[in-house]
Amino acid sequence: MTTMTDPPGRGFRLSQLIYDTRYRSMTIQVVAMILLMLLFSWLVSNTIHNLQNLGKDFDFGFLSQPSGYDINQRLIDYNSQSTHGRAALVGIINTVLVAFLGCALATILGVIAGVLRLSNNWLVSRLMAVYVEGFRNVPLLLWIVLIFALMTESTPAPSAFRGENPDSTMLFDVFAITNRGVYIPAIHFGTPFFDNGFFNWLLVLIVLGASIFGIQRLRHWATEKQEATGARPTTWYFILGLLVIPTAILMVLMGAFWDIPSLQGFNFGGGIHLRNSLIALWLALSLYTGAFIAEIVRGGILAVSKGQTEAAYALGLRPGTTMNLVILPQAMRVIIPPLISQFLNLTKNSSLAIAVGYMDVRSTLGGITINQTGRELEGMLLLGLFYLVLSLLISGAMNIYNASVKLKER
Amino acid sequence: MKKTVILGALTVAGLAAGAASAATLDDVKARGNLNCGVSTGLTGFSAPDANGVWQGFDVAVCRAVAAAVLGDPMAVEFVPTTGQTRFTALASGEIDMLARNTTWTFSRDNDLKFEFVGVNYYDGQGFMIPKELGVSSAKELDGATVCIQTGTTTELNLADFFRVNNISYEPVPIETNAEAQQQYLAGACDVYTTDASGLAATRASFEAPGDHVILPEIISKEPLGPLVRHGDNEWGDIVRWTLNALIAAEEYGVTSANIGELASAPGNNPEINRLLGTEGELGAMIGLEADWAQKAIMANGNYGEIFEKNIGENTPIGLSRGLNAQWTDGGLMYSPPFR
Repeated sequence: MTTMTDPPGRGFRLSQLIYDTRYRSMTIQVVAMILLMLLFSWLVSNTIHNLQNLGKDFDFGFLSQPSGYDINQRLIDYNSQSTHGRAALVGIINTVLVAFLGCALATILGVIAGVLRLSNNWLVSRLMAVYVEGFRNVPLLLWIVLIFALMTESTPAPSAFRGENPDSTMLFDVFAITNRGVYIPAIHFGTPFFDNGFFNWLLVLIVLGASIFGIQRLRHWATEKQEATGARPTTWYFILGLLVIPTAILMVLMGAFWDIPSLQGFNFGGGIHLRNSLIALWLALSLYTGAFIAEIVRGGILAVSKGQTEAAYALGLRPGTTMNLVILPQAMRVIIPPLISQFLNLTKNSSLAIAVGYMDVRSTLGGITINQTGRELEGMLLLGLFYLVLSLLISGAMNIYNASVKLKER
Repeated sequence: MKKTVILGALTVAGLAAGAASAATLDDVKARGNLNCGVSTGLTGFSAPDANGVWQGFDVAVCRAVAAAVLGDPMAVEFVPTTGQTRFTALASGEIDMLARNTTWTFSRDNDLKFEFVGVNYYDGQGFMIPKELGVSSAKELDGATVCIQTGTTTELNLADFFRVNNISYEPVPIETNAEAQQQYLAGACDVYTTDASGLAATRASFEAPGDHVILPEIISKEPLGPLVRHGDNEWGDIVRWTLNALIAAEEYGVTSANIGELASAPGNNPEINRLLGTEGELGAMIGLEADWAQKAIMANGNYGEIFEKNIGENTPIGLSRGLNAQWTDGGLMYSPPFR
């Protein structure tokens, strides 16, 4: 009788962790993990230790303390008795404002410059090349400071507008361009539905949104009619009416009037004050990022096969129509992913605002607040968190857009 | 087992690093020079001259400390700091001491964990405005655009002053004095506000100083003085008593002219003898040579000489002693006794 026995089980030996390929990769990962955790624990314990040495604690309580300083550009209520937290919020809104304005203008500049750089017109394409290379190859900070200096040094002070025969006069009697910024007329409401201007504007926006929705329905209807009968009904006056009339009626009801800037005391008063710091930062960010976007757009257009252009011309389309209907839509899927990076760059670069005294979140939370309270670590962590969240939001929104325009394969 | 060893080693390394950072005096001696934080350039207080050598009232304190500790007034590495970077530079150990028109306040002393060693200039915040605007009082500044250095006490005082007087203003935040000067001269702001001494120093560097007036209101107390990190009391004592030595030297009539003679042999004034190290053991008590104060005074002269040479009435800045005279002359300068 024979009995089958299992081959003698060879026990697990420690050396297998290194020499046995079944275990080796696990060993390496475990060791790397331990080292990584040690590094982090060392960083944290070192920070705690150093803070203790300095006699400091880790506390976010400063955010609810009165800030004590003023901020010139505030889009929400704020004064020097408000909290550091609110000062940070004012800064955040200012950052978002300049990032939004910058992204919008940079996209417009970039697309135009990118398309024109491929122009057959020698002069136009060379001019665009000069713009792109000029802005791409000089640091952004220099552009910000240069534009700010130009605006401060070359424009008149408000005092030049004073007197019987002033040295300077207002542009069209409504715009005042001074070395403290540009004053433009504002719309105010005489009989507000709400006390808060923000809600009044929200109401106007809602009506405008409803009008645009109506216009889209009208276009849809016209297209259906065209497909059914072959003739497209004339709709432009309906569209114009829908766009203007409801909003206009609402504005009149609310007693809207122009608030034109005028000399008051030391400065101009009334209207909207676009500070030099905002304009310099906005223009510099837009021009700088626009140069990069131009290259991205150029690359995107070149990525579309030349045959597409030729085919479109063969169908009798004009160059402008070809670009808008054939080339750009196809170029978009190449353009958008790098465009997202440029938007993120612009947003983060807005922290250079400190160079011209624009009160963004870097200047309020990351500058004055940290300086007055001595909470560097807490402030910088919050600042980092804010930029992280903002970048993720922008990137998320752009990725949704990207998914909607990318090549749909069936 | 292995992990414990690594953790243990890390702990030891961390403790060693912590202990090393506590003894600033040893660090300075080992390094052979003093890292001193100064402003980025304010004529009379701290600015490099035509040869690139830092000169000024605040700079003199750094040189005196370097002379007392290292025996060489030139063994100073000057680190220009702005209103915003100065405290981080000091807290992180990038500089050993800060001598930069910094106001001694409660929160800086306690919350920011610094140690002010004394006052080298009693100041107050003022306003400068072009004469042509015809303003004679700060209360008439309703609606004015004001240039202000951010991260300073002046920024907070300004907000309080305008709030209390119920008038409005438009702050233009800027980083450095040079930038403020450029903005102010370009007319981008109507008013420049900072410590009155800083205004005088700035105005002195203008092409036409007479076109600008400093308004009579002084809206705050700004005791300016050098400071060090909290927690290293020995180092704090050295900087404190170096400053006191300069002040006491003026009181006792010890000048750079007669110090050689006075220090050669003990005289009949025991306080001068102890100050100059010809009697007693004061130097050893703070871990320095016996002639530490003598070297400190020889670096730039006594407090009065430093004042006259850099910011006094015969300089373009033209500040009178005022509050900064010796207590014997009706001022606030008062050194505790050397005994």
